[in-house]
Amino acid sequence: MSESRLSLENLENRGEFIHRHIAPSDADIESMLGVIGLDSLDDLVEKAIPSSIISDTKLNLAAPRAEQQALADLGSFAARNQVFKSMLGMGYSDCHTPTVILRNILENPGWYTAYTPYQPEISQGRMEALLNFQTMIMDLTGMEIANASLLDEGTAAAEAMTMVMNASRNKGRKFFISKDCHPQTIEVVRTRAEPQDIEVVVGDHRDGALDEDVFGVLLQYPATGGEIFDYADFAAKAHETDALVVVAADILALALLKPPGEFGADVVVGNSQRFGVPLGFGGPHAAYLATREQYKRAMPGRIVGVSIDADENPALRLSLQTREQHIRRERATSNICTAQVLLAVIASMYGVYHGPTGVGRIARRTHRLSGALADGLERMGFSLAADSFFDTVAVRVGEGGAARIVEKAAQRRMNLRVLDDDTIGIALDETTGREEVEVLWEVFAEDGSAPISFDEVEAEAAVRIPESLRRTSPYMTHPVFNSYHAEHEMLRYIYRLQEKDIALTRSMIPLGSCTMKLNATTEMIPVTWEEFGGIHPFAPEEQVRGYRDFIADLEFMLAECTGFDSISMQPNSGAQGEYAGLLVIRKYHESKNEDYRNICLIPSSAHGTNPATAVMAGFEVVVVGCDSDGNVDIADLREKAGKFSEKLAALMITYPSTHGVFEEGIVEICDIIHRNGGQVYMDGANLNALVGICKPGEFGPDVSHMNLHKTFCIPHGGGGPGMGPIGVVKHLSPYLPKHSVVAGVGPETGVDAISAAPWGSAGILPISWMYIAMMGGVGLIKATQVAILNANYVARRLEPHYEVLYKGANGMVAHECIIDIRPLQEASGVTNEDIAKRLMDYGFHAPTMSFPVAGTLMIEPTESESREELDRFCDAMIDIRRDIQEIADGLMSAEDNALKNAPHTASDIAADEWTHPYSREKAVFPLPWVRAAKYWPPVKRVNNPYGDRNLVCSCLPVENYA
Amino acid sequence: MELPSGLKYSREHEWVRVEGNIAVIGITDFAQSELGDVVYVELPEVGTEVEANNTFGVVESVKAVSDLFAPVSGVVVEANTTLEDQPELVNSEPYEDGWMIRVEMKDDSELSDLLEADSYRAYTEEESG
Ligand SMILES: Cc1ncc(COP(=O)(O)O)c(C=O)c1O
Repeated sequence: MSESRLSLENLENRGEFIHRHIAPSDADIESMLGVIGLDSLDDLVEKAIPSSIISDTKLNLAAPRAEQQALADLGSFAARNQVFKSMLGMGYSDCHTPTVILRNILENPGWYTAYTPYQPEISQGRMEALLNFQTMIMDLTGMEIANASLLDEGTAAAEAMTMVMNASRNKGRKFFISKDCHPQTIEVVRTRAEPQDIEVVVGDHRDGALDEDVFGVLLQYPATGGEIFDYADFAAKAHETDALVVVAADILALALLKPPGEFGADVVVGNSQRFGVPLGFGGPHAAYLATREQYKRAMPGRIVGVSIDADENPALRLSLQTREQHIRRERATSNICTAQVLLAVIASMYGVYHGPTGVGRIARRTHRLSGALADGLERMGFSLAADSFFDTVAVRVGEGGAARIVEKAAQRRMNLRVLDDDTIGIALDETTGREEVEVLWEVFAEDGSAPISFDEVEAEAAVRIPESLRRTSPYMTHPVFNSYHAEHEMLRYIYRLQEKDIALTRSMIPLGSCTMKLNATTEMIPVTWEEFGGIHPFAPEEQVRGYRDFIADLEFMLAECTGFDSISMQPNSGAQGEYAGLLVIRKYHESKNEDYRNICLIPSSAHGTNPATAVMAGFEVVVVGCDSDGNVDIADLREKAGKFSEKLAALMITYPSTHGVFEEGIVEICDIIHRNGGQVYMDGANLNALVGICKPGEFGPDVSHMNLHKTFCIPHGGGGPGMGPIGVVKHLSPYLPKHSVVAGVGPETGVDAISAAPWGSAGILPISWMYIAMMGGVGLIKATQVAILNANYVARRLEPHYEVLYKGANGMVAHECIIDIRPLQEASGVTNEDIAKRLMDYGFHAPTMSFPVAGTLMIEPTESESREELDRFCDAMIDIRRDIQEIADGLMSAEDNALKNAPHTASDIAADEWTHPYSREKAVFPLPWVRAAKYWPPVKRVNNPYGDRNLVCSCLPVENYA
Repeated sequence: MELPSGLKYSREHEWVRVEGNIAVIGITDFAQSELGDVVYVELPEVGTEVEANNTFGVVESVKAVSDLFAPVSGVVVEANTTLEDQPELVNSEPYEDGWMIRVEMKDDSELSDLLEADSYRAYTEEESG
């Protein structure tokens, strides 16, 4: 058979990745367009998107790169990073990620592609890992309850400040911070304090009395320079005036130190990074927050708790959600949403793998080597700035000698910290060996050769932890930390948990507002490259040229995709992007001497993070109504913008709307706000409907965040990591966040740091860069088109069976659609929750439940789902609809049916007795294809009230799982 | 919906049972069913002064948080501490063991601002549309 000769370009197929990422083939696209009654993707765009916002500037990005080419190009950035041994400390310490955890969790899509465990029945595995995390943190800190992670140590300290302000009986407005805290922590807490009218007092805790109106204090343990202070007296004194005590503690040090819970801490925060998580140039890492039982309702963040399922077996779920922004909105005390689940899971697994003995040994080794290092330096004639320490030795090096020592260390590829002109800090860690201690001595020796023998010094090295501050209480005694030390056992434990959960490895996750698209393997590969993973966030600039250039390149790409003038990579999540954005707006108003502008308009349909953030940024929330089509009620907006015109600071608006519709009025809405002196913050959660077609920076918004963990392929990690960089138009560019520890981040005139690390979770930025590089402009445009196509296809297929709630001008939805379950509930008693649980029997994760409208389901398919997968999902939904009809028609019991009893477990159908009015087969194999790859829910429906009424947030004794 | 006659009802969905100069206060059957499974009730300490139409506590279900509004002014003389361990009583017995606080009234003329069972019923029907 003769073939026509294809061009070489055709054979090279540089755009191949586009077809890997966008699942429907061109033939599928054509026939799906046919189902909707459209001619082409261009036709689709024209009908779905208001012409007023379509960009007429092209997406000026490089042509799509093949996967290997993109890796090579990114590799040349990476090659310009120099991985020195980091001894900078400051809350970031190098460690070994146990390879069984590296390969089977960090690099395993079964773990990293899952969503936040809002649907508990299909999330038992990662919630068990998080419960282990909480238990481990409680043990190490000596506290009674811990959450399942926060974004970083700096923001955890800031959250703790707000928390103790609310919990303390002292109603003063001052917060004391020890000057011995990490500098970035002090900065982040200050940033957070200012808009809340909290006065931060930085001082020396040894100076004695606290002001009467100090409601809380923050201490570092051990101190940033390494010294281990005994804070007991200070804490007791603070308590005398009802000030609560927050301690930022080093997680590894706690294995050897008296836990803060034993000397009066009320809240303990810290970074769990050194439990197996790479440095990643600042993140992602899981921060922890633990407190006393009595303050549990004031805690920020998600908390996993033990409840029971319908058979009264133990089952995990997220507890006390009424604390959180999605319920409490402007009354929430924190805006945290996406956290750091994957990293908390890794840290917990590090605990499971090493156990208390292993963790203790690592801590002891680190301390022994630090002691030997210090002793040696003393023998060489140096004096220590502090006699007590865990792993950080502060050495006096003589007048102005610090810079020279740092320089000499750099020649040996080691980074030391300048504490001041004549003091050096050297922080050791799990990866430090005896050889490095010897090299350090050589660095300090005048002639480069140390006159002492390691063995001799080590043999005599003393414990440098004050007797009274040594740990005597046990930790990590639960069997889970003492059972899986053989690698086979560990491997199987990881897989046992993984198999309980639904991640993208199993089926589509049609969560609206979440954009659960493909997280391609090639995008993930660079994350664990040493040149990206092995770098401390405060490494000297000349060692991180590759990182800086690559980040600048990604900033260019994101600016091009959004039409904004400049980008800040600092925010670690969407919610934090909102916070950064509102601070930028605040600073802008200040610059015009209009700091009295404090009203923030927010539509009633907004995500909970919006109002929660506005309050944190010192604004007052005024809610704007929505009309029956789900659009912002423009008359109401105009009236309120006019009424508050003197004080209007901002509008926060999601586009396309949280209802999944391209509102026609967006340009007018932005215009009304601008004319009344306000700035427009666009919540970019739905950016996947815009990229390449509309640029928010061109049609009205002044600032917006991009959820890189939605639109730009960073996986959700089961509830984090995320990245929420913000883009701003030119007049706001001078106010983007800077960073006090690292020069050259953001403009001099910018707001102070909002994250501990200058570029947030820089370690996962390669994922988004790879995506954009491999898609190129053409691929990104097509991705947007197909995302809209898929949503409209699903809407069209479901429409004969369910009411599709909101649509745009031409009867089109954007990239997601809402189906209304309320009429069905009225007719049959079946709720959206019943449907969500029944979908699990088919092997699907539920759509978003009751956001933005109670009693609905919001479906977002993304461009990465094939027509076959969409059809399977729609078939399941239609099958469920038939069952609902039977119930409505009285042909099936309204109480005892496959929906109310869902999900069904293997134990259910294996039981000797089966009394339900439907078959066992219907229960677990409702459609033929379900049999082929059956997902077995590990628990029956979880009892929510029971878990909140009987709060248990640590591992249960094993007999409960019998 | 259960609406005992003889009680007074507020537009914020609290009920009041008058016992001399003491007002026993709880939330109505309508309120508890709107909230769903109550998991936590935060009540004021004895001796706290409450003021009519101001909040005196918080009731939480799994999915919602709601402020509690005092229907009358006065001083709290007792709070139902049983609810700490059994918040579900608010659902199962809203008018009996699910009561929340007892208040020594400052001004019993405030009672006349409250609704009778019938007018409260009409009010809830209007509210739920
Ligand atoms: C509309 C909207 N805004 C804000 C957020 C918060 O983003 P993040 O979870 O990254 O903090 C979300 C998250 O789902 C969202 O859907």
